Amino acid sequence: MLYREAGDYKTSYAKDQQTFPIAFDRWGYRLTIAFAVLVVPFILNDYWTNAVVLPFLIYAIAAIGLNILTGYCGQVSLGSGGFMAVGAYAAYKLMTSFPELNIVFVILLSGGVTALVGMLFGLPSLRIKGFYLAVATLAAQFFLVWLFNKVPWFYNYSASGQISAPERSLFGYAVTGANAHPATSYLFCLGFVFVLAWAARNMTRGANGRKWMAIRDMDIAAEIIGVDPMKAKLTAFGVSSFYIGISGALLFAVYLGAAEVGEAFGIEKSFLILFMVIIGGLGSIFGSFAGAAFMILMPVLLKNIMVGQMGWPTDLASHFQFVIVGGLIIIFLIVEPHGLAQLWRLAKEKLRLWPFPH
Amino acid sequence: MNAVDSYVTADGRTIGAPVMEMKNITLRFGGVTAIKDISFDIREGEVRAIIGPNGAGKSSMLNVINGFYHPQEGEVWFHGKRRHAMKPHQIAKQGIARTFQNIALFKGMSTLDNIMTGRLTHMKSGIFSQMAWWGSAQAEEVANREVVEKVIDFLEIQAIRKTPVGRLPYGFQKRVELGRALAAEPKLLLLDEPMAGMNVEEKEDMSRFILDVNDEFGTTIALIEHDMGVVMDIADRIVVMDYGKKIGDGTPDEIRNNQDVIDAYLGVAHE
Repeated sequence: MLYREAGDYKTSYAKDQQTFPIAFDRWGYRLTIAFAVLVVPFILNDYWTNAVVLPFLIYAIAAIGLNILTGYCGQVSLGSGGFMAVGAYAAYKLMTSFPELNIVFVILLSGGVTALVGMLFGLPSLRIKGFYLAVATLAAQFFLVWLFNKVPWFYNYSASGQISAPERSLFGYAVTGANAHPATSYLFCLGFVFVLAWAARNMTRGANGRKWMAIRDMDIAAEIIGVDPMKAKLTAFGVSSFYIGISGALLFAVYLGAAEVGEAFGIEKSFLILFMVIIGGLGSIFGSFAGAAFMILMPVLLKNIMVGQMGWPTDLASHFQFVIVGGLIIIFLIVEPHGLAQLWRLAKEKLRLWPFPH
Repeated sequence: MNAVDSYVTADGRTIGAPVMEMKNITLRFGGVTAIKDISFDIREGEVRAIIGPNGAGKSSMLNVINGFYHPQEGEVWFHGKRRHAMKPHQIAKQGIARTFQNIALFKGMSTLDNIMTGRLTHMKSGIFSQMAWWGSAQAEEVANREVVEKVIDFLEIQAIRKTPVGRLPYGFQKRVELGRALAAEPKLLLLDEPMAGMNVEEKEDMSRFILDVNDEFGTTIALIEHDMGVVMDIADRIVVMDYGKKIGDGTPDEIRNNQDVIDAYLGVAHE
């Protein structure tokens, strides 16, 4: 009975255009933020941080990035893993070349470098579409991984070919390296997630988002009403790669600590992020979070049930985990091809009328 | 009729100088000549119809006007200046908008968002301002929303503002598409079969909107239509095309009595 539009009058266009037009949603959003900032840091332990919370936050950024490109602008990309590697290696080079540089700027600059690389690999999208573009971005994935493997300059000529993050701190608290406290890493990532998700929502609901969606839905009509397809596609590639680069930099610097390119940023990463976006819902910021939560939480949950509750051997459980997650993906796509975000939207539509549907 | 003349229509409106002049346009696709040496003009404030049997090259002509096709020969003059090869999105910025024969709406967006896309040529705020949804970006969003709301009121589609266009019935989709073109506040509006597939009532509504647009905003309109009754009623002047050639040009009365046009539509008896 709380979920109502009635009585919630909008007296200006600015109010009608807000992200959460229904009061109940606004309070839900504020409570979630308050809970994430004020409560979660105190109840986090090492296991939860490393198994669930950090990967969820970091992949949510990547999922938002890919959603901007694929969900909003309609350009399929299989190069996300490669772009994450660009972010990670840019962060590594920046951290080692400029030890004085604040970690926040390191991460942002890594995103900027990735944006430039992404726009470069986005150039073919001006000529090719759909599956062919997917193959072109797949080439980017393999090329970038090969590049970071073959050119020793990128990993500072280290013998193992690995990159590892030195310790950097913010306001006196270590956020990277072995001494970082789980709560600090969590808050650091949460800050990025909050700002980036907020910016993504603003971009996609305004003129830019409309340009992208126009290109996605019907590129010829978009061009005839005055959208420059080259500019729209390249900004989508740029913004998307910026997000994915930041996600890669955080994954390497905050979460993994040390990485080897083929292992950490292989083709599986591209598919993982694409699955998040498809399962969560194309063209929805909320969907990016839902998809990331599904793909990160489901394996952990299954493992806990099978190994922890039922006492199965670990290897059997991990095989079954693949089978079940794969099956769930297929079931989801059949039942609701528009993803978790669409389920959420339908639930809200029903709730508005409940309990008098007619 | 020479180029600077103006004329007075049957219902007493004064039509000004040419906005768009097509001079000896020839368009070929490989070996096929879609348009053969056609010249005509579209004058300020008039409703200009292009008619002709299927495959006559009418839609190709609209595509030439809004820059989607580039003719091999001939010149396009817009506002008294020769227009050189431009991209369609640049031409949109000059104030030419159009609708399509098969509805070309953005299916994933609401009615409001679809019509808002028509305002894109008027929106200038940068991507960083939009990220913050602050200052110029928000002010611009609200100012353009006001224009769009006027279009929505004009077309009487307030109730479907927030509905995704994919769910709308055909007649409404056509109306939303007209709204998207109108939101751009074009100087020249191109309509490609605005009444195709409509029933009588929907046709009446659409004719009324077209005449009102012409009347209230003074927008110059060029339209392609197959329904002769409608064309004869609403057009000030008509160009008739057949097999890529122009076979008639004039007021509805002149066209009705033009022997070439009658032959093209009814066929010619073979002796």
